[in-house]
Amino acid sequence: MSIETRMHIMNGKTRSHLISTSQQSGQAGMLFKQLETDWGGAELLFGSVKEHHVTLPNQSEPWDMKQLLVWIRGNMLKERPELFVQGDTVRPGILVLINDADWELMGELEYELQDKDNVVFISTLHGG
Amino acid sequence: MCQVDEEYNGQLEHRVTPRVSKKCVKCKENAAVLIIRAGDAFCRGCFKEYFIHKFRAMLGKNRVIFPGEKVLLAVSGGPASSSMLSQVQEGLSRDAPKKLRFVPGIIYIDEGGASGQSMEERERAVAQLESVFRATNYHYHIVHLEQVLSLPSSVLEAGSSATEKPQTGSSYKAAVDQFIQTRKNQHPDLSVENAQSHLSSLSMQEVEHGGTSPITPEQTQALQRLFASVRTLTAKEDLLHTLRQHLILHTARTQGYTKVMMGDSCSRLAIKLLSNISLGRGASLATDTGFSDPRYGDVVIVRPMRDYSSKEIAYYNRMFDIPSVFIPGLDTKAQDKASIQHLTESFVTKLQTDFPSTVSTIYRTSEKLHTACPPQNTNTQPSAKCLLCVCALDTKLEEFSAYQATLISEQLSQRRGPGPGFTPGTAAAPGLPPASSASQCCYSGGGQHQGCMTGEGGCCSSAKEPETVDLKSLLCYSCRLTIKDMTAEDALPQYILSEAERRKRRSQMREEISEFLLDEEEDEAILRVNGSL
Repeated sequence: MSIETRMHIMNGKTRSHLISTSQQSGQAGMLFKQLETDWGGAELLFGSVKEHHVTLPNQSEPWDMKQLLVWIRGNMLKERPELFVQGDTVRPGILVLINDADWELMGELEYELQDKDNVVFISTLHGG
Repeated sequence: MCQVDEEYNGQLEHRVTPRVSKKCVKCKENAAVLIIRAGDAFCRGCFKEYFIHKFRAMLGKNRVIFPGEKVLLAVSGGPASSSMLSQVQEGLSRDAPKKLRFVPGIIYIDEGGASGQSMEERERAVAQLESVFRATNYHYHIVHLEQVLSLPSSVLEAGSSATEKPQTGSSYKAAVDQFIQTRKNQHPDLSVENAQSHLSSLSMQEVEHGGTSPITPEQTQALQRLFASVRTLTAKEDLLHTLRQHLILHTARTQGYTKVMMGDSCSRLAIKLLSNISLGRGASLATDTGFSDPRYGDVVIVRPMRDYSSKEIAYYNRMFDIPSVFIPGLDTKAQDKASIQHLTESFVTKLQTDFPSTVSTIYRTSEKLHTACPPQNTNTQPSAKCLLCVCALDTKLEEFSAYQATLISEQLSQRRGPGPGFTPGTAAAPGLPPASSASQCCYSGGGQHQGCMTGEGGCCSSAKEPETVDLKSLLCYSCRLTIKDMTAEDALPQYILSEAERRKRRSQMREEISEFLLDEEEDEAILRVNGSL
């Protein structure tokens, strides 16, 4: 990835010494995320809104899933946080897809978030 | 600054590893997008093939669907049943030589009245689902749960099966031929193709539930009264399940469907297995969780999705855009311990995260369960089946069964001692909570002698109010527990109460004339004697 694509950097500083092979880094600026709480009623906990575009605030270390969950719990969950997050991780029965791929393939909680990542939470707990 | 640099450099190394994605284990070329079971990574294309193949293999392995048969798909809007619907569409539309050949119909049951939704919410959900159904071009039925109040009592009888059950694969062909033969006799003009085109032309217009809702607020209130009289969520869910089955059965019978496909997934069936054991339904585990459920006789319930875990279904729906509608149920947002079913669900799901083979182990165990078929004789009375769930009654056992032990310990632990006329076989002591005394009359007594003012045996038939029928003796153990949780039995739909009454009268009559009835063996003995003379 070249440097231009990362120019969502809000602080206006260009990081010229950031190498062109670099992947996006959270520390350089805000991360845009598209979060979907799809299916199974997970949207009920988020005020019945299925799609959320969020911008994560600036942070020195890159965001990983663990921190994202903490952030969601603090900022987005409207009610009953224990139905979504349990301890460190999501409640059993809730699937997480990152860019339409299983998060187990990406390292689950240790996965580091990138700009424009699409994270989907699907609840499988409600029948069929 | 320098610090940031260093961090960033360090991060570069670190970043590489998660980016190396695993390859699909099947085609070994494409990048894997999903892990199922205990570590098989599949790519998108292979996953789709695998998913579709499993459905057809399930139907092909258990050959119970005959070509040209009318099959009712029970769609609740949830992911598993929507997935089932799309698989059926897929299977029927293929040009491959092994195309599925049956005639599908769809049923959706609107349970909003029981789970406390408003009319607008229900109508919205129904409208969403209708648009999904219309896109499939199949005949569909939208049934409201309130219609259960006006069902005929014949729905509680097990019909006779239309054909002999095929024992082995070779006689499947024979069964199919027989099926086609009987159908030809009934409808000499309709061949399979004609039937399909006929149905597809009708599907757009014919809907059971028209634009104006035939549901009156009184019916909704009666339904709510029924569910409000049930004290625990466990019993509510159980009752809801039973009523839903009756509705589906009734629709299938009146519309001529001989098979019903339910969308229970592997995970859901594992949960159902464990919670059924906790509910006291252990005797009917095989039929409740097996592939085919023949207890209703003429209508067979099959579960083609029983091999799919809920993760696979969720991923498939997401990747291939299967439309599904989320409808909140009785236990949405409930506490973990709100009901036995809910607790079991959270238990199994939690266990599954740490031990990914939990669900499949339970599933494989359930596959090994078979019901020992009692010798089918023609005079199997309907009273030998439970009134509500139509499984074999397990409470008419001999004196020293575990069930009798439960009863005795229940009586002994009541405050008051046993009343007059107490026998080990009767239920509950006189020390029951004071509900309306009229309905307690025969209910608590277990026999007419105990509390009934006017004495004599036949008093509690038609002369009194029909609610005083003792339901318990007609129910299996777990249905008894469900009814025990109800405070007002008369809130049950009329068809249940009248059928209960009918069976009671029948069994009373049978008792009264039992001395005069000839047993079968006696009959044969007499014939033999006569013949030899």
